[in-house]
Amino acid sequence: MTLKAVEINHLSIKFNEQLILNDINFSIEEKDFMAIIGPNGGGKTTLLKVILGLLTPDEGKVKVFGKDPKKAKDLMGYLPQRLDFDHDFPINVFETVLMGRYHGLLKKYSNQDHKAVIQALKDVEMDELKDRQISKLSGGQMQRVFIARAIVRDPKLLIMDEPMASIDPEMQHSFYELMSRLKNKMAIVLVSHDVGAVSTHVDKIACLNQKLYYHGPVEDSAEGLEEVYHCPIELISHGIPHRVLKEH
Amino acid sequence: MLELFQYQFMQRALIAAVLVSISCGVVGSYVVIKKIVSLSGAISHAAFGGVGLGYFLGVNPVLAAIPFSIISAISIGGVKQITNISEDTAIGILWSVGMAIGVIFINLTPGYAPDLFSYLFGSILTVSNTDLYIMFVLDLVIIAIVFLFRREFLAVSFDEEFSNVVGLHALLVYMLLLALVALSVVVLIKVVGVILIRALFTIPAAISKQYTYNLRNLMIIATILAIILTSLGLILSFIFNLASGATIVMVLAAAFLISYYIKG
Repeated sequence: MTLKAVEINHLSIKFNEQLILNDINFSIEEKDFMAIIGPNGGGKTTLLKVILGLLTPDEGKVKVFGKDPKKAKDLMGYLPQRLDFDHDFPINVFETVLMGRYHGLLKKYSNQDHKAVIQALKDVEMDELKDRQISKLSGGQMQRVFIARAIVRDPKLLIMDEPMASIDPEMQHSFYELMSRLKNKMAIVLVSHDVGAVSTHVDKIACLNQKLYYHGPVEDSAEGLEEVYHCPIELISHGIPHRVLKEH
Repeated sequence: MLELFQYQFMQRALIAAVLVSISCGVVGSYVVIKKIVSLSGAISHAAFGGVGLGYFLGVNPVLAAIPFSIISAISIGGVKQITNISEDTAIGILWSVGMAIGVIFINLTPGYAPDLFSYLFGSILTVSNTDLYIMFVLDLVIIAIVFLFRREFLAVSFDEEFSNVVGLHALLVYMLLLALVALSVVVLIKVVGVILIRALFTIPAAISKQYTYNLRNLMIIATILAIILTSLGLILSFIFNLASGATIVMVLAAAFLISYYIKG
């Protein structure tokens, strides 16, 4: 029996008495590439934080590779949404990615860690800029560095919050190329509010707006989307070259 | 000018300037990159409560300030997690409550508190040998903690959320960092006083940050710069017979403006 990467049963969570996630049920298989789409404020980031073990649900169960999320941290890589940190921070590309290999209090980074950083930077084609200070990177380069930081632990589950937000259109192609290489090694889940950004590379799609409305292979999801957005599907599947949903 | 340093109080003052500079170069670098300047202000003002307590109990006020500033640092750090009080509000409350406690203890103490003013605005020329020993030991503690936890402090300063994701207890590390600020406040309290401490935390590190993108180098440059500038302030205050803490701050501010002008 293979373990599911993520298994969520009857998950609910509240902030200040307001229900953010309501009775969520879904699972992600190993090496699945899943996109969760939904409007802003629909609870996407909250759901990711529950999977990461940063938030504890009020109700329901969350398992990551059969474990409590807090005990599965070694298995997960994370690309946060916000990139509003101090760009002048005294740190270079290499040191930024190295943090992804953190082992624990008072434990040094080993040679192996250094090699892993170089490899991760090669994966995102940023190894030549490893000594550059982060303020001297473009938005797209910065995003690659953070992807490298997320994959440098060789995670089995890669979690990405709005990865397309700071990637320019020309970079989208190379981003999905990277994802298709990575998905042979790990399960990937990304959230996005922009349906057009989700490409045919995704295996499964789900819609989240407080409730998780649909979960399944990409092609059949048209009706689910309509239900969440309450608007005709053509309006939101505007990314014609990367069309997600078949015409209907 | 060298005859200045024949005086013992001047020699002590110079040693104090070096000890203070180590502490504010190292800890000030974190204060600046983590953007906790106003938090450091609250910790330094809260430390004044400890100074008052020291007077009241008849112990060295600098020693009495240690537990006071550490407790206030940790409570500001934890308040956001345990209650729904914002850090900003906690800073505002602790800032003035610490001062108020200090004043009340001094009221309760019989007699007159002669060098009270020096804890407010600093007085590097009245630093005693005991003060120097305390500052020296605290500097060693600070350097040891920074050396041991440099990876954690860097991670938490840069990205707390990601630190949690990789299994680092960001809140505990943050509290330890604030405790470090508290110890550093105690090192600085006699030299510049609670009101002027922030200038020492901020200015040397802020100037140095314009010239390096490496945290270790930032600490080294900030320390050297602080030694030069506080010594210069000390000498000027002696020559012109001005309050030492205020003169040091004005020298720092002038250096900041000049460096900003050169870089900008």
